[in-house]
Order: sequence, then C-alpha cells, then structure tokens
Amino acid sequence: MPGYFRRKTFDILARWGSLAMVMVALVPLVAVLGYLTYKGIGGISWAFFTQLPKPVGETGGGMANALSGSAILVGLAGLIGLPVGLLGAIYLAEYGDNAFGKGVRFCTDVMAGIPSITVGIFVYGLVVLRMRRFSALAGAVTLAILMLPIVMRTTEELLRLVPVTLREAGLALGLPKWRVILGVVLRTGASGIATGVMLAIARVAGETAPLLFTAFGSRFISLKLDQPMGSLPVQIYTYAVSPYEDWHRQAWAAALVLVLLVLALNLLARVITRQPGSGR
Amino acid sequence: MDEAGNPGRETHQKEPLAAFSGGGNLGDQVFRVLTAFFAALAVLVLAAMALQMFRAALPSLKQFGWKFLSSTDWDPVLDSYGALPYIFGTVASSILALLVALPVALGTAIYLAELAPLWVRRPLGILVELLAAIPSVIYGLWGIFVMSPWLRDSVQPLLQKIFGWTPFFKGVPRGFGMMAGCLVLAIMILPTIASVSRDVLLAVPNSIREGALALGATRWEMVRKAVLPCAKNGILGAVILGLGRALGETMAVTMVIGNRPDISWSLFSPGHSLASVIANEYAEASGDLYLSALTELGLILFGVTLLLNILARVLIWRVARGPAGARN
Repeated sequence: MPGYFRRKTFDILARWGSLAMVMVALVPLVAVLGYLTYKGIGGISWAFFTQLPKPVGETGGGMANALSGSAILVGLAGLIGLPVGLLGAIYLAEYGDNAFGKGVRFCTDVMAGIPSITVGIFVYGLVVLRMRRFSALAGAVTLAILMLPIVMRTTEELLRLVPVTLREAGLALGLPKWRVILGVVLRTGASGIATGVMLAIARVAGETAPLLFTAFGSRFISLKLDQPMGSLPVQIYTYAVSPYEDWHRQAWAAALVLVLLVLALNLLARVITRQPGSGR
Repeated sequence: MDEAGNPGRETHQKEPLAAFSGGGNLGDQVFRVLTAFFAALAVLVLAAMALQMFRAALPSLKQFGWKFLSSTDWDPVLDSYGALPYIFGTVASSILALLVALPVALGTAIYLAELAPLWVRRPLGILVELLAAIPSVIYGLWGIFVMSPWLRDSVQPLLQKIFGWTPFFKGVPRGFGMMAGCLVLAIMILPTIASVSRDVLLAVPNSIREGALALGATRWEMVRKAVLPCAKNGILGAVILGLGRALGETMAVTMVIGNRPDISWSLFSPGHSLASVIANEYAEASGDLYLSALTELGLILFGVTLLLNILARVLIWRVARGPAGARN
C-alpha cells in the first residue's frame, strides 16, 4: 500500500496540529489568570474589602462601595430577571413544542448575541431619561435583561432532561399538569435551575459597558436604588484607565476577586449538572 | 445556552407530553397562560429595544440621513456627526480578529469533538469555555498592562523590521492601537466559535463517521471528507456568531484600541469603534442631537448584530437541531 504511509502521516499531523491549536487557545487563559494572581494577590487585604476609596492622590482605601454595589445590582437584577426567565423556561420546556415556542426560542437565542451596550442604550432611554438621573435601578434592569436569554435557554435544556416517565407517573396519579410541573419536574430539575441561575449571575457580574451610563458609579456605599451606584467591573475600568499607580494596584486586586467569583460560579454550575453535549 | 452563546447542546427529543396542554383543568389553563406570558416577554423586550432605539435615533436620522454613514465629522460643539471612522474601526478590527481566531478555533473544535481521547474532551472543553467566562473588562485590564507593552516592545518592532515596507506596519509602535484591539478581540471570540463549532460537529450523526471508517478512512480523512461537509453550514453559523460578538464587544476594545477616530491602513495606528465611542461618550453626552447621534451608532450596531445573529442561528439550527430521526 504505497499511499498508506502518507495517509497515516497526515492523520498524525492533523491530531498533533489540532492539539497545538487547543494549546494556543489556552495560552490567553493561562496568561490572564497568571498575571491576575501575580499582580492582584498583593492588593488584597482587609482594607480592600472594608474601606471606601480614598480621595485622588492618597494611597490606600478599598473597594467596599463597589463590592456592595455589585452585590445589590446583581441581586436586584436577579429578582427582576430570574422569575421571568424561569417561568419562560418552564413554558418552553413543558408546552413549547409549537410555533410560538419555536419563535420564542429563536428570539432568545438571537437576544443572547445582541451587544450588551445596546441594552444599556435601551435602558437609558427607558429608565434614566425618565428618572432624570443615573440609578441603581437602571443598572439592575439592564443586567436583568442580559440575564434573560441565558436563564431561559439553559434552564429549558436542563428541564428537558427530566425523564418523561416521571411526568407520566405524576399524571397517572391524577395530578393536573401544573402540579406535576411544580411538584415533580421542578424538583427533579432543581440542579438544572441552579445551573441556569449561576451561569446567568456569572455572566452579568462582570458586565461593564452598559453600567457606565445606567448605574454610573459611586464612591460611597449606598442603599438608595434611585441613586447612582458603584460596581466592581466599572471601578476596575475607571481605575485601570486612570494614571495612578495605586489605583492600578487596586484594579488588579479587584479583577482577581471578580474573576475568582465568576470562575467559581461557572465551575460550580458545571459540577452540579453534567451538561449534555460536552462529551459523548 | 451558556455564556459562550452556546446553542448547540440540543437535547430535544420529541416529547408527546409537551403537546399535552393538561386538558380543561382551570389551574392548568392559568399556569399555561402565565408561563406563556413570561416567555413572550423575552420577545417583547427585543421588539421594544428596536423600537425605543429607533425613536431615540430619529432626530439624528432626520438631520443627517445617509450622509451619517459616510461622513468623518464627529464634532459635538458644531453638532455635526458622522459614523465612518467608527464603522471602519469596528469592521476592520472584527474581521482581522476573525482571521486570527478562526484557525485556532476550528482546530480546537475538531480536536475536542473528533480527535481527542475521550477522557480529555470534557476537561479541555471546560477550560475553553472558561475563556469565554472571563469578563471583558478583565481582558481590557490585561491588555493595557501586559499585552500592549509586550506588543510595543517586542512584537511591533520586529514586524516593522520585516514588513515595514508595507502600509500595514508603518508608524511608531505604540502598543495601543488597531493591532492590540484585534488581538484582544480574537481571544474573546475564540471560545464562542470553538464551542459552537464543537457542538455542531457533535450533532453530526455517528452513522456518517462509521460509514467513512468502514470504507477504510483514517480518523482525519473521516473528519475532512465526511464530518466537515455535513457540518459546514453550522460552522459557518458559528463563525458569524463570533463575528457578531466581535462587532459588539466593548470594554476590552475600548481599553486598548487607542480611541482616536482615525482611518489608517496601519495596524500600529490608534482606532475607534462604534461600541467604544458609545461607552466613552454616552454618559457625558449633553446635547439632544449628540445623544441621538450616539444612539444611532448603537442602532447601527444593534441592526447589524441582529441580522448576523438571525443568520447564524438559522444556519446552526439546521444542523444541530435537524430532524430528530437523523440523530443518534
């Protein structure tokens, strides 16, 4: 077989070539995480978590305002976005095998690809212009809209994994369908719902661009939802583009905290449910 | 859906129960309508976005008409606005990023779906998806303090020495600029393209692989001659999805691209993009027409990415969601 050797060589080349591509793809991951740890670890201290930013020029201070702001914004966004997303997902999974369901599914898939900054523009017109000021509420609405497609589609996919036989068993016992969904499907699919929720939170926790002109930013801890509010990603951005050495140090520390949070949520979400499609 | 915009992991079996509405039970009817309402809300938000942005952009649309797209003016003082430099920056950086990311992403997808030993597929796949989970602003931070200085000190002088005679590598190597923007974009769209393509490849029926192997094909020949032709539309969809993501990417780009509305052939020169000018100026825009012009930039971005995403989804859905009987 004269061609055999050549074909085998190509096969081996393709295997190693594509493996090399995977390695190239992972270089940025290692580089980013490595630098974050290297530069960020020194900036993490008790003061970083508990103090407010110092006035420009003074060193020290922390990011308590941004941490609390992010928690409030993401929490409020979850309160608005998660119920909508979860109920929508229940519809898609349980009643959605029709033209309407298909259309909704398509729209949410498309929505997931819309730039987040345009969502910010939408909310600016909807909330900020009407309230005549930047506000935590506007930021939370933005994040809620960004959560929507992620929660809906992830949760739908995972609810569909609940075996049909369980539903049939519930119906056979004489339960109406909505009781079966609430009592059987949701309970069995609880881990799937948790996965959807965590992925959505992880996604919006690092969202920056649309917050720049909705929640804006604040140097103080505030609980007022009609006032501007700081957030971790926005503060990282402001500090990173500033000319101050000490702010750069804090930006790295904040970035490390943010990344650890986001990656932990992502990994946890994947541990909870072994997702279909990621391996055969 | 995961954070990579991942549509492919479809597990839709036809479920007879999903068509069963629950009959005439009142509770069932209420529950069904309630959940349908919330599902419809997602569609309504998308429609409201289009409407609201169009309305807000109307003054600028009326004032400048088509000239908005071809003018290079951007002068808040004289209230004269044109989008060309921003459109150029967005398109150029995105297409270059696509060229850089594509081979790596496809190689990754093929390895993860077809060639890798089974036990490494899942961990490697998760690592690639983590790349998509890192927030944009963190790539920007890394771009400012690590990548740009490296480009300025090592890569760009070298490129200039070798290719300095072409118009693409002229000017002072600054680090910040088009090249940094397109590299950081490439990193960010890579996981999207890779994981969607991987899922598309996984949706190709195994019988096709078995057929090729039974005819004596090597593993690579199976991929190239049997699997890839089946998946090519879906992969095209993945690429378009990546392009859409690159066009709308904001923070990482604005932090490294230089933020100057220049149109230049040189990769070393600073540029600007639609998303980054919005991020930079929206909060401070004072005049009504100024705000409207910025909104029109957003509308352009929204319209283009909407169309690209629709196209991509149609392509991906055809492959990954095909008739249930054709999959195993």
